[in-house]
Amino acid sequence: MNVLVKAFNSIALVSLLLAVQQSQANSGYVFVSSEKDDRVTVFEASSMDKVTAINTSERPRAMKLSNDGALLYVACGDADVIDVIDVASLTVQQSIEIGEDPDRFDLSPDEKFLYASNEDDGLVTVYSLEEGRKVAEIEVGEEPEGVLVTPDNRLVYVTSEVANMVHVIDVQSRELVENIVVGNRPRRMLLTPDQKQLWVSNEVGGTISILDTSSYQSVAELSFSLRGVRPESISPVGMVMTKDGQRAYITLGGANHVAVVDIPANKVIDYILVGKRAWGIALNQDESRLYVTNGKSDDLAVIDTERLKVIRSVPAGRVPHDVVVDD
Amino acid sequence: MFSVTAICKQIGFNSSRLRCVATLLALLLSSSVCSSVWAVELQSVSFALIEYADDPRYRTEVTDARYQAQPWGRLDTAVELAIQESRFAAQKNGIRFTLTRHEVEELSELPALIQRLQAEGTQFFLLDLPAEGVRLAAGAGQGRNTILFNLSALDNTLRDQSCQPNLLHVVPSRRMLTDAMAQYLISKKWKEVLVLHSEAEADLRYLESLQGSAKKFGLDLVTLKPYTLGSDPRQRYQNNISLLTAKDDYDVVYVVDSTGEFAVDVPYAIVKPRPVVGASGLVADWWHWAWERNGAPQVNKRFKKKAKRQMTGYDWSAWLAVKVIAQAMLDQSATDHHSGSADSLLDTLHSEAFKLDGAKGYPLNFRPWNNQLRQPVFLTSLNRVIGRAPIDGFLHPLNNLDILGSDRDKSRCQLNLGAKP
Repeated sequence: MNVLVKAFNSIALVSLLLAVQQSQANSGYVFVSSEKDDRVTVFEASSMDKVTAINTSERPRAMKLSNDGALLYVACGDADVIDVIDVASLTVQQSIEIGEDPDRFDLSPDEKFLYASNEDDGLVTVYSLEEGRKVAEIEVGEEPEGVLVTPDNRLVYVTSEVANMVHVIDVQSRELVENIVVGNRPRRMLLTPDQKQLWVSNEVGGTISILDTSSYQSVAELSFSLRGVRPESISPVGMVMTKDGQRAYITLGGANHVAVVDIPANKVIDYILVGKRAWGIALNQDESRLYVTNGKSDDLAVIDTERLKVIRSVPAGRVPHDVVVDD
Repeated sequence: MFSVTAICKQIGFNSSRLRCVATLLALLLSSSVCSSVWAVELQSVSFALIEYADDPRYRTEVTDARYQAQPWGRLDTAVELAIQESRFAAQKNGIRFTLTRHEVEELSELPALIQRLQAEGTQFFLLDLPAEGVRLAAGAGQGRNTILFNLSALDNTLRDQSCQPNLLHVVPSRRMLTDAMAQYLISKKWKEVLVLHSEAEADLRYLESLQGSAKKFGLDLVTLKPYTLGSDPRQRYQNNISLLTAKDDYDVVYVVDSTGEFAVDVPYAIVKPRPVVGASGLVADWWHWAWERNGAPQVNKRFKKKAKRQMTGYDWSAWLAVKVIAQAMLDQSATDHHSGSADSLLDTLHSEAFKLDGAKGYPLNFRPWNNQLRQPVFLTSLNRVIGRAPIDGFLHPLNNLDILGSDRDKSRCQLNLGAKP
């Protein structure tokens, strides 16, 4: 008996050491925010075993890792703060006062500024991380959601779910320089790896607007159609793209599926059934696994991107919202 | 619409206007990257809110009672909120929305009022009127470059015999509300229904709707019992809730009461331990401050901040009417033809591609045969949304929202606007 336990322990130790060696820079964790129980649940990426659940401020939603992976920023809408979690100790280190109901946010590439959308007020708050204070508020359309700072640190894109626009903010002047009309209830955005296109998910419109980043003109619109699913249930929200820009994965909300887009062919090649109201989405480092939060079935789906099949589904708190993978 | 000299005047360049014009033109011609998007003079376009002074729904004792599915205050704040939210869409079209309010003492004044406002250039009318008022106003507003929104009247006939190409119903019809409730009752297997109703005209019309819904979805209206308000013992079989509900067997009591005054006493007062639905208890409503999804909490928060009260279905209708115009303008701004005239906007919002976000979860648009806004209907208690119709499992071959209300083949209005079936 004792011998067995010892043997088991040493195997566990060896595999733990191996795990540490494999991912020196990264924590090896998957983080999931759940809005109704004020927690970020932490999973071991390799096993999907739950490590712990970190208590946060009220209603944690959007999350983002710092460039070095040491800090995890979590927007907590009902507490009007962005919590900063220390990844090494898995504890909340600081809560940044960011104005009413922060929804999503982005960091400038140099990590000097944090830009957050204030859902209730129709504002974008600019926060200086160096000075530790709010430095500006920029008026945008109501219910601003997605925030994206361009890698050259010149522009900030913000979607307004009510104005049905992408606002373009000049970083220098902190003024709106363009309002681009997109589809109904625009939520999230992503830039293609070559930065030539901005993709915008239109939740109520049921489409993806693809904009040319130099002319702000629409170059294409992506739409979805699934057998047995009503067009009105198709509500795209979360998007990720592979680093080579060949493939995109898009969560379709109430349609309970993830769309797989072949970008060069410009078409949807598959729909993967995940869980109820799929929103949050993330890829792991080698892009072999895709993680999706299902807000209305309280779980996280893990997808094998080779086979395009769900291989695991793990409970992830009440109303899981966002997922960050740091494997 | 766009005047450089006007901007110069505003910024105090009067003495050297020429230089200012040159400077501004140079700025405009150079890269526009750093110019603010607001630096254009905007033309004012108004929404005329038409109200009835003696509207019984707005008597203080009625609004204070906050009956379910009744207005809790006038609709101007909802219009103002929507105007505020639509400023970016308006600005894209070089305009700015405003609200003007017009009240009539008598409904018979409506035709003259509408025509005067039309002559003064008003294109968008928001009618917060009883059905008869909507009929009079719409009659006067027929024809060119006018869009009228019905914000309040539930009458089915306005969507049937009295329909009109430029009269848009953003409020659901009675039939949509009774269909929603019928679906819910069927989904719960509460099929045996005792109906209490008054003899008031509006309630008799509601009863007809309920009978139609019962037939459509398979409810059994076991007994229909007329009630009267009062406490005269000689009329006790009409005014005493215990006596009204003692004899029959039923799964549920359906109270038909367009005023809410009788219905409010019915829950917990009936003889059998059964749920009460209709005008109190579980009520079909097209908006509720407690809806938690689809961005509704944000709309409710903004409204409450401005109005200092919760938002009702009627407020939602008023709010949505402005959004209809703003969305149609936004759609036009993405194309080459943005005249912004009421007629061209009608074409845009009748196109199949038109989609509106009403914070209720489905893309909304208008039924091309009768101009009724397609929309989900909530089943609500005082402080909760219990269900949303279409209820799961009730399906329509083309658009699930068309399972609520009079469908194309059943409608006595065949406008056949824009969209194809």
